[in-house]
Amino acid sequence: MRWSRQLRHWVPPVWILRPGWDFSLTASLLFALAFAVPCAGQTPPAPRFVVLLDAAHGGDDTGAHLDSGQLEKSVNLALNVRLRSLLAARGIQVVTTRESDASLALDQRAAFANHANAAVCLSLHASESGAGVHLFTSSLAPAPQTRFLAWKTAQSPWITRSLALAGALNSALTHAGVNVTLGRIPLSGIESMTCPALAVEVAPERNSDKNITTEPDNPDYQARVAAALAAAILEWRSDPNRTEARQP
Amino acid sequence: MIPRYQKIIFAVLLLASLGMGVKLWQLRERAHKRLLAGETTAPTQAPEVAPAEQATLVAANDMDNSLIPQVHSLPLPADPGARARAVLGKLLDLYASPNSTHPVPGGAASIAQVFLLPIPGAKASNTGNQLAVVNLTATFAASHPSGLETESLTVLSICATLRANLPNVTEVRFLVDGQLRPTLAGHADLTRTYLTADALPTQGNAP
Repeated sequence: MRWSRQLRHWVPPVWILRPGWDFSLTASLLFALAFAVPCAGQTPPAPRFVVLLDAAHGGDDTGAHLDSGQLEKSVNLALNVRLRSLLAARGIQVVTTRESDASLALDQRAAFANHANAAVCLSLHASESGAGVHLFTSSLAPAPQTRFLAWKTAQSPWITRSLALAGALNSALTHAGVNVTLGRIPLSGIESMTCPALAVEVAPERNSDKNITTEPDNPDYQARVAAALAAAILEWRSDPNRTEARQP
Repeated sequence: MIPRYQKIIFAVLLLASLGMGVKLWQLRERAHKRLLAGETTAPTQAPEVAPAEQATLVAANDMDNSLIPQVHSLPLPADPGARARAVLGKLLDLYASPNSTHPVPGGAASIAQVFLLPIPGAKASNTGNQLAVVNLTATFAASHPSGLETESLTVLSICATLRANLPNVTEVRFLVDGQLRPTLAGHADLTRTYLTADALPTQGNAP
Protein backbone atom coordinates (compact mmCIF):
# COMPACT_ATOMS: atom_id res chain seq x y z
CA MET A 1 0.00 0.00 0.00
CA ARG A 2 1.17 3.48 -0.80
CA TRP A 3 0.33 4.81 2.76
CA SER A 4 2.25 2.00 4.44
CA ARG A 5 5.26 2.56 2.16
CA GLN A 6 5.25 6.22 3.08
CA LEU A 7 4.89 5.49 6.80
CA ARG A 8 7.82 3.03 6.64
CA HIS A 9 10.09 5.86 5.49
CA TRP A 10 8.53 8.39 7.88
CA VAL A 11 10.88 9.62 10.56
CA PRO A 12 9.47 11.43 13.54
CA PRO A 13 10.73 14.97 13.87
CA VAL A 14 13.83 15.20 15.89
CA TRP A 15 12.38 17.66 18.37
CA ILE A 16 9.75 15.12 19.48
CA LEU A 17 12.36 12.56 20.51
CA ARG A 18 14.87 15.01 21.87
CA PRO A 19 15.87 14.30 25.50
CA GLY A 20 14.05 16.59 27.91
CA TRP A 21 11.02 17.00 25.62
CA ASP A 22 7.70 16.76 27.40
CA PHE A 23 6.20 13.52 26.06
CA SER A 24 2.79 14.28 27.50
CA LEU A 25 2.70 17.28 25.15
CA THR A 26 3.63 15.04 22.24
CA ALA A 27 0.81 12.68 23.16
CA SER A 28 -1.62 15.59 23.31
CA LEU A 29 -0.52 16.81 19.89
CA LEU A 30 -0.97 13.37 18.35
CA PHE A 31 -4.35 12.99 20.06
CA ALA A 32 -5.52 16.36 18.73
CA LEU A 33 -4.25 15.48 15.25
CA ALA A 34 -6.08 12.16 15.30
CA PHE A 35 -9.38 13.91 16.01
CA ALA A 36 -8.80 16.89 13.81
CA VAL A 37 -8.39 14.89 10.59
CA PRO A 38 -11.70 12.98 10.69
CA CYS A 39 -13.61 16.16 11.72
CA ALA A 40 -12.33 18.04 8.69
CA GLY A 41 -14.52 16.07 6.34
CA GLN A 42 -17.73 16.54 8.36
CA THR A 43 -20.26 19.36 8.02
CA PRO A 44 -19.88 22.12 10.64
CA PRO A 45 -22.28 22.00 13.59
CA ALA A 46 -25.45 24.03 13.31
CA PRO A 47 -24.90 27.58 14.57
CA ARG A 48 -26.43 28.51 17.87
CA PHE A 49 -29.75 30.33 17.82
CA VAL A 50 -29.72 32.77 20.71
CA VAL A 51 -32.49 35.23 21.53
CA LEU A 52 -31.64 38.31 23.57
CA LEU A 53 -34.49 39.78 25.61
CA ASP A 54 -33.95 43.24 27.03
CA ALA A 55 -36.53 44.40 29.57
CA ALA A 56 -36.13 48.16 29.21
CA HIS A 57 -35.56 50.50 32.18
CA GLY A 58 -34.98 49.18 35.71
CA GLY A 59 -33.65 50.48 39.01
CA ASP A 60 -34.02 54.25 39.33
CA ASP A 61 -35.18 54.45 35.73
CA THR A 62 -38.83 53.53 36.21
CA GLY A 63 -40.03 54.28 32.67
CA ALA A 64 -43.66 55.24 32.17
CA HIS A 65 -46.27 55.29 34.95
CA LEU A 66 -49.19 53.28 33.63
CA ASP A 67 -52.79 54.14 34.45
CA SER A 68 -53.11 50.89 36.38
CA GLY A 69 -50.49 52.17 38.84
CA GLN A 70 -47.77 49.85 37.57
CA LEU A 71 -44.36 51.08 36.54
CA GLU A 72 -43.15 50.32 33.03
CA LYS A 73 -39.97 48.65 34.30
CA SER A 74 -42.04 46.03 36.16
CA VAL A 75 -44.37 45.39 33.23
CA ASN A 76 -41.39 44.97 30.90
CA LEU A 77 -39.79 42.48 33.29
CA ALA A 78 -43.03 40.48 33.55
CA LEU A 79 -43.26 40.19 29.76
CA ASN A 80 -39.56 39.32 29.65
CA VAL A 81 -40.12 36.40 32.05
CA ARG A 82 -43.15 35.13 30.13
CA LEU A 83 -41.39 35.23 26.78
CA ARG A 84 -38.20 33.69 28.14
CA SER A 85 -40.18 30.77 29.58
CA LEU A 86 -42.04 30.18 26.32
CA LEU A 87 -38.85 30.23 24.25
CA ALA A 88 -36.89 28.06 26.68
CA ALA A 89 -39.73 25.51 26.62
CA ARG A 90 -39.26 25.31 22.85
CA GLY A 91 -35.55 24.66 23.22
CA ILE A 92 -34.35 28.14 22.29
CA GLN A 93 -31.41 29.58 24.18
CA VAL A 94 -32.38 32.90 25.75
CA VAL A 95 -30.11 35.58 27.18
CA THR A 96 -31.70 38.35 29.24
CA THR A 97 -30.14 41.68 30.12
CA ARG A 98 -31.81 41.75 33.52
CA GLU A 99 -33.78 39.36 35.69
CA SER A 100 -34.39 41.79 38.55
CA ASP A 101 -34.98 45.48 39.20
CA ALA A 102 -31.46 46.37 38.10
CA SER A 103 -30.30 49.55 36.42
CA LEU A 104 -28.41 49.11 33.15
CA ALA A 105 -27.06 51.66 30.69
CA LEU A 106 -28.06 51.38 27.04
CA ASP A 107 -24.46 50.61 26.09
CA GLN A 108 -24.37 47.72 28.56
CA ARG A 109 -27.53 46.27 27.03
CA ALA A 110 -26.03 46.49 23.54
CA ALA A 111 -22.82 44.88 24.81
CA PHE A 112 -24.88 41.96 26.19
CA ALA A 113 -26.49 41.47 22.78
CA ASN A 114 -23.22 41.63 20.89
CA HIS A 115 -21.41 39.24 23.23
CA ALA A 116 -24.29 36.76 23.02
CA ASN A 117 -23.98 36.70 19.20
CA ALA A 118 -27.78 36.78 19.20
CA ALA A 119 -29.94 35.93 16.20
CA VAL A 120 -32.86 37.98 17.55
CA CYS A 121 -32.70 40.98 19.91
CA LEU A 122 -35.91 42.36 21.38
CA SER A 123 -36.10 45.42 23.62
CA LEU A 124 -39.36 45.23 25.58
CA HIS A 125 -41.32 48.36 26.50
CA ALA A 126 -44.80 49.28 27.69
CA SER A 127 -46.74 52.51 27.27
CA GLU A 128 -50.12 54.05 27.91
CA SER A 129 -50.11 55.87 24.53
CA GLY A 130 -51.39 54.42 21.28
CA ALA A 131 -53.00 51.04 20.84
CA GLY A 132 -51.88 47.43 20.47
CA VAL A 133 -48.24 46.55 19.98
CA HIS A 134 -45.74 48.96 18.43
CA LEU A 135 -42.81 47.42 16.57
CA PHE A 136 -39.97 49.84 16.01
CA THR A 137 -36.89 49.36 13.86
CA SER A 138 -33.99 51.78 13.91
CA SER A 139 -34.20 54.61 11.39
CA LEU A 140 -30.53 54.11 10.42
CA ALA A 141 -29.96 53.63 6.71
CA PRO A 142 -28.89 50.11 5.69
CA ALA A 143 -25.15 49.78 5.13
CA PRO A 144 -22.88 46.98 3.95
CA GLN A 145 -21.04 44.84 6.45
CA THR A 146 -17.52 46.03 7.20
CA ARG A 147 -14.76 44.63 9.37
CA PHE A 148 -14.99 47.49 11.85
CA LEU A 149 -18.28 49.12 12.81
CA ALA A 150 -18.92 52.40 14.58
CA TRP A 151 -20.51 51.74 17.95
CA LYS A 152 -23.39 54.18 17.47
CA THR A 153 -24.33 52.85 14.02
CA ALA A 154 -23.40 49.17 14.41
CA GLN A 155 -27.01 48.20 13.62
CA SER A 156 -26.75 49.52 10.03
CA PRO A 157 -25.71 46.22 8.37
CA TRP A 158 -28.57 44.43 10.18
CA ILE A 159 -31.34 46.89 9.25
CA THR A 160 -32.66 44.78 6.39
CA ARG A 161 -32.88 41.70 8.60
CA SER A 162 -34.41 43.76 11.42
CA LEU A 163 -37.14 44.86 9.02
CA ALA A 164 -37.70 41.25 7.97
CA LEU A 165 -37.96 40.26 11.63
CA ALA A 166 -40.50 43.08 12.16
CA GLY A 167 -42.52 41.58 9.31
CA ALA A 168 -42.47 38.14 10.94
CA LEU A 169 -43.54 39.53 14.32
CA ASN A 170 -46.22 41.66 12.65
CA SER A 171 -47.72 38.59 10.95
CA ALA A 172 -47.78 36.55 14.16
CA LEU A 173 -49.28 39.35 16.28
CA THR A 174 -51.91 40.18 13.67
CA HIS A 175 -52.76 36.47 13.46
CA ALA A 176 -53.22 36.52 17.25
CA GLY A 177 -55.72 39.38 16.93
CA VAL A 178 -53.40 42.09 18.23
CA ASN A 179 -53.40 45.51 16.57
CA VAL A 180 -49.85 46.23 15.34
CA THR A 181 -48.19 49.54 14.49
CA LEU A 182 -44.88 49.49 12.63
CA GLY A 183 -42.41 52.34 12.58
CA ARG A 184 -38.82 53.40 12.17
CA ILE A 185 -37.43 55.79 14.76
CA PRO A 186 -34.05 56.66 16.27
CA LEU A 187 -33.35 53.97 18.90
CA SER A 188 -30.22 54.70 20.87
CA GLY A 189 -29.50 51.33 22.49
CA ILE A 190 -30.59 49.22 19.55
CA GLU A 191 -28.42 51.18 17.13
CA SER A 192 -25.34 49.64 18.76
CA MET A 193 -26.59 46.04 18.50
CA THR A 194 -25.12 43.71 15.87
CA CYS A 195 -28.17 41.49 15.44
CA PRO A 196 -31.65 41.76 13.93
CA ALA A 197 -33.12 44.02 16.59
CA LEU A 198 -36.50 45.56 17.38
CA ALA A 199 -38.14 47.57 20.12
CA VAL A 200 -41.47 46.02 21.10
CA GLU A 201 -43.77 48.45 22.91
CA VAL A 202 -46.95 47.02 24.40
CA ALA A 203 -49.73 49.64 24.51
CA PRO A 204 -53.31 49.19 25.74
CA GLU A 205 -55.95 47.52 23.63
CA ARG A 206 -58.71 49.95 22.67
CA ASN A 207 -62.20 49.68 21.27
CA SER A 208 -63.52 51.55 18.24
CA ASP A 209 -64.16 54.63 20.40
CA LYS A 210 -60.45 54.59 21.36
CA ASN A 211 -61.30 53.78 24.97
CA ILE A 212 -58.94 51.42 26.77
CA THR A 213 -60.26 47.88 27.09
CA THR A 214 -57.09 46.11 28.24
CA GLU A 215 -54.12 47.61 30.06
CA PRO A 216 -50.57 46.61 29.02
CA ASP A 217 -50.00 44.85 32.36
CA ASN A 218 -53.06 42.62 31.99
CA PRO A 219 -51.76 39.01 32.42
CA ASP A 220 -53.98 37.55 29.68
CA TYR A 221 -52.99 40.26 27.23
CA GLN A 222 -49.31 39.78 28.05
CA ALA A 223 -49.65 36.01 27.63
CA ARG A 224 -51.24 36.51 24.21
CA VAL A 225 -48.51 38.90 23.10
CA ALA A 226 -45.74 36.65 24.46
CA ALA A 227 -47.20 33.59 22.72
CA ALA A 228 -47.39 35.44 19.40
CA LEU A 229 -43.81 36.71 19.76
CA ALA A 230 -42.56 33.21 20.61
CA ALA A 231 -44.36 31.74 17.59
CA ALA A 232 -42.84 34.42 15.36
CA ILE A 233 -39.34 33.73 16.69
CA LEU A 234 -39.79 30.00 16.07
CA GLU A 235 -40.87 30.73 12.52
CA TRP A 236 -37.93 33.11 12.13
CA ARG A 237 -35.53 30.37 13.26
CA SER A 238 -36.80 27.97 10.62
CA ASP A 239 -36.93 30.58 7.88
CA PRO A 240 -34.53 29.38 5.13
CA ASN A 241 -33.98 32.94 3.97
CA ARG A 242 -32.87 34.08 7.39
CA THR A 243 -29.16 34.73 7.39
CA GLU A 244 -27.19 34.33 10.55
CA ALA A 245 -26.66 37.23 12.89
CA ARG A 246 -22.91 37.23 12.41
CA GLN A 247 -21.28 37.47 9.05
CA PRO A 248 -18.49 34.94 8.40
CA MET B 1 -4.33 130.99 46.18
CA ILE B 2 -6.90 129.37 43.85
CA PRO B 3 -6.01 129.70 40.16
CA ARG B 4 -8.36 131.77 38.02
CA TYR B 5 -9.24 128.96 35.63
CA GLN B 6 -10.44 126.79 38.51
CA LYS B 7 -12.74 129.58 39.69
CA ILE B 8 -14.21 129.82 36.21
CA ILE B 9 -14.78 126.04 35.98
CA PHE B 10 -16.41 126.02 39.40
CA ALA B 11 -18.74 128.86 38.39
CA VAL B 12 -19.70 127.15 35.14
CA LEU B 13 -20.44 123.82 36.88
CA LEU B 14 -22.46 125.61 39.56
CA LEU B 15 -24.55 127.42 36.94
CA ALA B 16 -25.08 124.16 35.00
CA SER B 17 -26.20 122.38 38.17
CA LEU B 18 -28.65 125.12 38.99
CA GLY B 19 -29.93 125.15 35.41
CA MET B 20 -30.53 121.38 35.42
CA GLY B 21 -32.26 121.61 38.79
CA VAL B 22 -34.63 124.30 37.48
CA LYS B 23 -35.34 122.25 34.33
CA LEU B 24 -36.04 119.13 36.39
CA TRP B 25 -38.42 121.08 38.57
CA GLN B 26 -40.26 122.36 35.51
CA LEU B 27 -40.61 118.83 34.03
CA ARG B 28 -41.88 117.51 37.32
CA GLU B 29 -44.48 120.27 37.52
CA ARG B 30 -45.56 119.65 33.95
CA ALA B 31 -46.00 115.89 34.58
CA HIS B 32 -47.90 116.62 37.76
CA LYS B 33 -50.26 118.98 35.94
CA ARG B 34 -50.86 116.39 33.17
CA LEU B 35 -51.70 113.77 35.75
CA LEU B 36 -54.11 116.10 37.51
CA ALA B 37 -55.73 117.00 34.18
CA GLY B 38 -56.56 113.31 33.74
CA GLU B 39 -54.67 112.99 30.54
CA THR B 40 -55.04 109.43 29.40
CA THR B 41 -51.97 107.47 28.50
CA ALA B 42 -53.86 104.38 27.31
CA PRO B 43 -52.85 103.18 23.86
CA THR B 44 -55.16 104.46 21.19
CA GLN B 45 -53.62 102.58 18.33
CA ALA B 46 -53.51 98.83 18.16
CA PRO B 47 -50.03 97.33 17.86
CA GLU B 48 -49.11 96.11 14.44
CA VAL B 49 -50.14 92.45 14.05
CA ALA B 50 -48.45 90.21 11.56
CA PRO B 51 -50.78 89.20 8.75
CA ALA B 52 -52.20 85.70 8.79
CA GLU B 53 -50.35 83.27 6.58
CA GLN B 54 -50.67 79.63 5.66
CA ALA B 55 -48.49 77.37 7.76
CA THR B 56 -48.08 73.61 7.45
CA LEU B 57 -48.22 71.73 10.73
CA VAL B 58 -47.14 68.10 10.59
CA ALA B 59 -49.38 66.60 13.25
CA ALA B 60 -48.80 63.23 14.89
CA ASN B 61 -51.37 60.50 15.43
CA ASP B 62 -50.74 57.98 18.22
CA MET B 63 -53.24 55.47 16.87
CA ASP B 64 -51.35 54.67 13.67
CA ASN B 65 -47.93 56.25 14.33
CA SER B 66 -48.44 58.66 11.45
CA LEU B 67 -47.35 62.23 10.72
CA ILE B 68 -49.98 64.06 8.67
CA PRO B 69 -49.48 67.59 7.25
CA GLN B 70 -52.28 70.05 8.01
CA VAL B 71 -52.52 73.60 6.67
CA HIS B 72 -53.50 76.29 9.18
CA SER B 73 -53.82 80.05 8.86
CA LEU B 74 -52.08 81.98 11.62
CA PRO B 75 -50.24 85.28 12.08
CA LEU B 76 -46.56 84.73 11.45
CA PRO B 77 -43.83 87.22 12.32
CA ALA B 78 -41.20 88.09 9.73
CA ASP B 79 -38.26 87.12 11.94
CA PRO B 80 -37.46 83.44 11.20
CA GLY B 81 -36.77 82.55 14.85
CA ALA B 82 -40.05 84.08 16.02
CA ARG B 83 -41.79 82.48 13.05
CA ALA B 84 -40.48 79.04 14.02
CA ARG B 85 -41.61 79.58 17.59
CA ALA B 86 -45.09 80.66 16.45
CA VAL B 87 -45.50 77.61 14.21
CA LEU B 88 -44.31 75.16 16.86
CA GLY B 89 -46.50 76.90 19.45
CA LYS B 90 -49.52 76.31 17.23
CA LEU B 91 -48.52 72.66 16.80
CA LEU B 92 -48.31 72.15 20.57
CA ASP B 93 -51.63 73.98 20.99
CA LEU B 94 -53.14 71.34 18.69
CA TYR B 95 -51.67 68.59 20.88
CA ALA B 96 -52.99 70.22 24.05
CA SER B 97 -56.52 70.59 22.68
CA PRO B 98 -59.28 68.13 23.62
CA ASN B 99 -59.71 65.19 21.23
CA SER B 100 -56.13 65.57 20.07
CA THR B 101 -54.72 62.66 18.07
CA HIS B 102 -51.49 63.04 20.03
CA PRO B 103 -52.43 64.31 23.49
CA VAL B 104 -49.60 66.24 25.14
CA PRO B 105 -50.30 68.92 27.76
CA GLY B 106 -48.54 72.27 27.72
CA GLY B 107 -49.48 74.12 24.55
CA ALA B 108 -47.63 77.02 22.97
CA ALA B 109 -46.03 78.09 26.26
CA SER B 110 -43.95 74.90 26.16
CA ILE B 111 -41.67 76.39 23.51
CA ALA B 112 -39.39 78.75 25.41
CA GLN B 113 -37.27 79.80 22.43
CA VAL B 114 -36.19 78.69 18.98
CA PHE B 115 -32.73 79.74 17.87
CA LEU B 116 -31.68 79.47 14.24
CA LEU B 117 -27.94 79.14 13.73
CA PRO B 118 -25.76 78.48 10.71
CA ILE B 119 -24.53 74.91 10.65
CA PRO B 120 -20.83 74.77 11.47
CA GLY B 121 -18.67 73.81 8.49
CA ALA B 122 -17.71 75.41 5.21
CA LYS B 123 -20.06 73.35 3.04
CA ALA B 124 -23.12 74.08 5.14
CA SER B 125 -22.48 77.83 5.32
CA ASN B 126 -22.40 78.01 1.52
CA THR B 127 -25.77 76.27 1.19
CA GLY B 128 -27.41 78.44 3.84
CA ASN B 129 -28.60 75.45 5.83
CA GLN B 130 -29.50 76.16 9.42
CA LEU B 131 -29.59 74.39 12.75
CA ALA B 132 -32.67 75.03 14.86
CA VAL B 133 -32.18 74.80 18.60
CA VAL B 134 -35.59 74.27 20.21
CA ASN B 135 -35.62 75.14 23.89
CA LEU B 136 -38.51 73.38 25.62
CA THR B 137 -39.74 74.14 29.12
CA ALA B 138 -39.08 71.68 31.94
CA THR B 139 -42.82 71.63 32.66
CA PHE B 140 -43.47 70.32 29.15
CA ALA B 141 -40.88 67.56 29.50
CA ALA B 142 -42.16 66.60 32.95
CA SER B 143 -45.78 66.37 31.80
CA HIS B 144 -45.10 64.64 28.48
CA PRO B 145 -46.51 61.08 28.35
CA SER B 146 -43.75 58.48 28.52
CA GLY B 147 -43.33 55.97 25.71
CA LEU B 148 -41.28 55.20 22.63
CA GLU B 149 -44.03 56.04 20.18
CA THR B 150 -45.46 59.16 21.80
CA GLU B 151 -42.08 60.79 22.50
CA SER B 152 -40.69 59.98 19.07
CA LEU B 153 -43.79 61.39 17.41
CA THR B 154 -43.45 64.67 19.32
CA VAL B 155 -39.80 65.05 18.34
CA LEU B 156 -40.32 64.01 14.71
CA SER B 157 -43.41 66.19 14.25
CA ILE B 158 -41.47 69.22 15.52
CA CYS B 159 -38.67 68.45 13.06
CA ALA B 160 -41.09 67.89 10.17
CA THR B 161 -43.02 71.08 10.94
CA LEU B 162 -39.81 73.11 10.97
CA ARG B 163 -38.81 71.58 7.64
CA ALA B 164 -42.22 72.33 6.12
CA ASN B 165 -42.16 76.02 7.09
CA LEU B 166 -38.45 76.82 7.13
CA PRO B 167 -36.83 74.74 4.38
CA ASN B 168 -33.37 76.01 5.31
CA VAL B 169 -33.60 74.26 8.66
CA THR B 170 -31.94 70.91 8.07
CA GLU B 171 -30.91 69.98 11.60
CA VAL B 172 -32.66 70.28 14.95
CA ARG B 173 -31.35 70.00 18.49
CA PHE B 174 -33.37 70.12 21.69
CA LEU B 175 -32.74 71.74 25.06
CA VAL B 176 -34.93 71.70 28.14
CA ASP B 177 -34.80 74.94 30.13
CA GLY B 178 -31.56 75.75 28.32
CA GLN B 179 -29.86 72.51 29.40
CA LEU B 180 -29.04 69.29 27.59
CA ARG B 181 -31.29 66.47 28.76
CA PRO B 182 -30.79 62.76 27.99
CA THR B 183 -34.39 61.99 27.01
CA LEU B 184 -37.72 63.78 26.66
CA ALA B 185 -39.65 61.58 29.09
CA GLY B 186 -37.48 58.47 29.36
CA HIS B 187 -37.35 57.31 25.73
CA ALA B 188 -36.71 59.84 22.94
CA ASP B 189 -33.02 60.74 22.82
CA LEU B 190 -32.52 64.50 23.11
CA THR B 191 -28.73 64.41 23.00
CA ARG B 192 -28.56 63.73 19.26
CA THR B 193 -28.93 66.07 16.32
CA TYR B 194 -32.07 65.26 14.34
CA LEU B 195 -32.07 65.66 10.57
CA THR B 196 -35.31 67.17 9.30
CA ALA B 197 -34.95 65.11 6.11
CA ASP B 198 -35.48 61.98 8.23
CA ALA B 199 -38.75 63.29 9.70
CA LEU B 200 -40.96 63.00 6.68
CA PRO B 201 -44.73 62.73 6.96
CA THR B 202 -45.88 59.10 6.94
CA GLN B 203 -49.21 57.44 6.56
CA GLY B 204 -48.54 55.05 9.45
CA ASN B 205 -48.10 51.30 9.65
CA ALA B 206 -45.33 51.40 7.06
CA PRO B 207 -41.94 50.23 8.23
